[in-house]
Amino acid sequence: MTPALRRRLLLLAPFGIVAAGGAAFYGMLQGLQTGEFNPRGVPSVLIGRPAPAFDLPEVPGAEVPLFRHADIAPPGRPVIVNFWASWCVPCVVEHPQLMALSREGVPVFGIAYKDRPEDSRGFLRRHGNPFARLARDEPGRAAIDWGVYGVPETYLLDAQGIIRWRFAGAVTPEILAREIRPLLRRYAS
Amino acid sequence: MIRAALVLLLLSGPALAIGNPADMLPDPAQEARAREIGRELRCLVCQNESIEDSNADLARDLRLLVRERIRAGDSDAQVVAFLRDRYGDFVLLRPPFNASTAALWLSPALVLAGGILTMWLVRRRGHAAPAGPAPLSPEEQARLAALEAEARR
Amino acid sequence: MIAEAGHFALALALALSLALSTLPLLGAARGDAALMEAARPLSHGVLLTIAAAFGFLAWAYVVNDTTVMNVVQNSHSLKPLLYKITGVWGNHEGSMVLWVLILAICAASVAAFGGNLPSVFRARVLAVLGWVLVGFLAFILLTSNPFERVWPPPPDGQGLNPLLQDIALAIHPPLLYVGYVGTAITYAFAVAALIEGRVDSAWGRWVRPWAVASWAFLTLGIAIGSWWAYYELGWGGFWFWDPVENASLLPWLAGTALLHSAIVVEKREALKIWSVLLALLAFGLSLLGTFLVRSGVLNSVHAFANDPERGVFILGLLLAYVGGGFLLFALRAPAMAPTGLFAPVSREGALVLNNLLMCSLAVVVFLGTLWPMFADFLFGVSISVGPPFFNMASFPLVVPLFLAMAVGPLMPWKRAALWPAVQRLWAAAVLGLLGFLAALAIGGWNPLPLLGFAAAAYLIGAAITDIADRAGVGRTTLANAWNRARGLPRAAWGAAIAHAGVGVCLAGISGMGFATERIAALSPGQSVAIGAYEWRLEGVRDAAGPNWTSRRATLTVLHNGQPYAVMEPERRFFPIGRQTTTEASIRTNILRDLYAVMGEEEGGRAVIRVHYKPLAPLIWIGAIIMAAGGFLSLSDRRLRVAGGARRREAQAGVPA
Repeated sequence: MTPALRRRLLLLAPFGIVAAGGAAFYGMLQGLQTGEFNPRGVPSVLIGRPAPAFDLPEVPGAEVPLFRHADIAPPGRPVIVNFWASWCVPCVVEHPQLMALSREGVPVFGIAYKDRPEDSRGFLRRHGNPFARLARDEPGRAAIDWGVYGVPETYLLDAQGIIRWRFAGAVTPEILAREIRPLLRRYAS
Repeated sequence: MIRAALVLLLLSGPALAIGNPADMLPDPAQEARAREIGRELRCLVCQNESIEDSNADLARDLRLLVRERIRAGDSDAQVVAFLRDRYGDFVLLRPPFNASTAALWLSPALVLAGGILTMWLVRRRGHAAPAGPAPLSPEEQARLAALEAEARR
Repeated sequence: MIAEAGHFALALALALSLALSTLPLLGAARGDAALMEAARPLSHGVLLTIAAAFGFLAWAYVVNDTTVMNVVQNSHSLKPLLYKITGVWGNHEGSMVLWVLILAICAASVAAFGGNLPSVFRARVLAVLGWVLVGFLAFILLTSNPFERVWPPPPDGQGLNPLLQDIALAIHPPLLYVGYVGTAITYAFAVAALIEGRVDSAWGRWVRPWAVASWAFLTLGIAIGSWWAYYELGWGGFWFWDPVENASLLPWLAGTALLHSAIVVEKREALKIWSVLLALLAFGLSLLGTFLVRSGVLNSVHAFANDPERGVFILGLLLAYVGGGFLLFALRAPAMAPTGLFAPVSREGALVLNNLLMCSLAVVVFLGTLWPMFADFLFGVSISVGPPFFNMASFPLVVPLFLAMAVGPLMPWKRAALWPAVQRLWAAAVLGLLGFLAALAIGGWNPLPLLGFAAAAYLIGAAITDIADRAGVGRTTLANAWNRARGLPRAAWGAAIAHAGVGVCLAGISGMGFATERIAALSPGQSVAIGAYEWRLEGVRDAAGPNWTSRRATLTVLHNGQPYAVMEPERRFFPIGRQTTTEASIRTNILRDLYAVMGEEEGGRAVIRVHYKPLAPLIWIGAIIMAAGGFLSLSDRRLRVAGGARRREAQAGVPA
């Protein structure tokens, strides 16, 4: 490489960096629109690990059996664990999806996060109760063990009780079709 | 190393969210430890604040959790590992030093070295190249000769 | 009607900018004086039309015209008039209009004060500014039109973030934008020089005032933002290494490097290629900041409403201006051979060291800010890079910078010996030691802040030594030296004052290292104390403002038992927007801040947190001193030499 050529390449370096950076930023913008790139999201480190142990009280008067750790250690079939609260607006948005899953016979286990029992009961009475098992985590400590940082958050566990998927935010019909159902099928065997 | 680094934090000013005094640990040394650790932990629902700086509910929960672990006898590293176990590296405001972040951590040294190297190379090339003007072409030489003859007259 | 007029004004401005970006260039290529001179009236026209558009928008806010979408989204009839006006730039669309307004002011300023530039060069500079105007006006008209209507008009607006109803935060954007947009001027100078294929010492002399001006405003803008965070966010921090703060720091670092390297270009005709690159880079970093804040790729408290579509447009502008600039650079730079030689130890060497450290710091801050998003996007890895990293990484770069800042001005050009310069700083070193001991005596052992004090005192002493040395103190009578000092060029005073300002700022930052705080839940009559100060809670009562209600605590401050002041921190509730803010109460005597914040109340007791922050005000006073030094430099007679000779044509082919 002649010195002149080397100099040319060196002088082109700033342009090259800008071009590469621009391409990456463009990719990020596209990713923002499709939802693949989420700078505000916190990925779960529990994927591939067994669900954390917990010992939570029931929601009194909810007429649903208590959700115990034994129920998912192991569950014997894929299950959904959902952290929710009556004061959480996106939880209302995702509720029909949870109801749909429960109607199809998929076990949906719920943990009410920082919610007073009467408020939780009211919510379920108003919107329906998709939960096969229910517990409440008023201090929010068990949620921290699961790596929860807001509600709603939904986890999918396989038949052995290993966490396979986690979604932070309201489960939309698209997410139900595109992600949850395929995963339920995949881990069914 | 961690101690010195944490001391550096003091230079930026102590930060404490408007907490409840009841949240604080009774032992001032432990409370100081809790604050130092808290300043290293990111409030996950805020943008770029530590749990000590934030008023968010989750930040308060995490502050209480840190203090609980300290009272239970965990070392600083164990408290941080406890949270890292649940939230991953994202919760650390100080990125871990590993293969993927090595370039970041070494960047001050690398950039400085790169700059010095570039300057040295440029100087060397500058000294090697002739500093005088380019030689004249035959036409220009002829023109110069004609001008000089003109000037002498 | 007013909104349509505003919209039309912007379109007219775009048309005029298109003319501005083409005609003078054509004139410069052909040597057509008429076309080149067209730049001035065109830039005036652009300024008038954009100012009119801005005025119409402001009018819509003042009369709370709810048929204008922008007003509905960002204002409310109950907002005080002042905040209605400042709310014009408190949102994306309005702030972009402010941006192009300032850009138009910059172009008109170059036309007005650029009389010392050769007409060909000036025409090219204005044309490049025209390019930038075209891009941003197109951005506004195509993606961010502030004059969009909404029909039927809602009864009132949706209010504004109460955090933004604050005088400091109102001034912060205009000052900051002058700094950001000012980098476009130095960019235009660089591109014009690349087009001409020539950079010489005259270029360095022409570019420097504009570099200093935009730097000074950027310094003030950043300082006000930091001061706002200090008193508004409630815990007395002043710099958080937030990505958007970093985005404003990056052009500041490049700008500081540029105004120093331009000196070398002017005095020694060296560092020419590097300075051109820096000028391109400073504007590029400023645009990068614009992109990061408005596109949504950033996770930050500052980020405006996120719109990836707008992000793509800004990215396009970024690539066009910065990519284009760097491409032009790659093509033309080889033609600009450096001429001046200098020894590594010399004034040039010190300035090069400044550049090296400033730019290294910029790269480190750049990497730290962008790493998380690139790691997430490219590798799916989620990490955070926060203050612990930035503090640790910047420390080793900043310490040699302070040392160079002290020694550099005392060294002669071309070749110097280090030891004599260091020797002349003996007084500054003594001052540094005194600073260390004084801080130790008053504050106790705290190694880093103590070193900071020593460095601050040393820097201030070095600035004084710089002036004293030039005035000949020690070599002649004091009266003589005093006269000589007064006769020194203002640029020399400006530099010394700016460097002293850095020392003052550093003293303030070090003082924060000695800050103490106490928190307690108090009932009326109880008190909490720090040192000689005691805060006694008298009571908590309700209060109200134009669009808020609050719970206000009254604290009597006692100093050594004697009543000293009354502080009234409060928590405000804004019904529109349903937000709560904490209003800290601060009492300052310049040398220390007393800081009190009120938290929640429970069972008749209020949580009160008090801070004692020694030397905190010096942080911002230091920044003001830095900017003042810059402004003083601008008033130097040597820079105004051609101000009156506007029409005189400098010979285009002779390097000065």
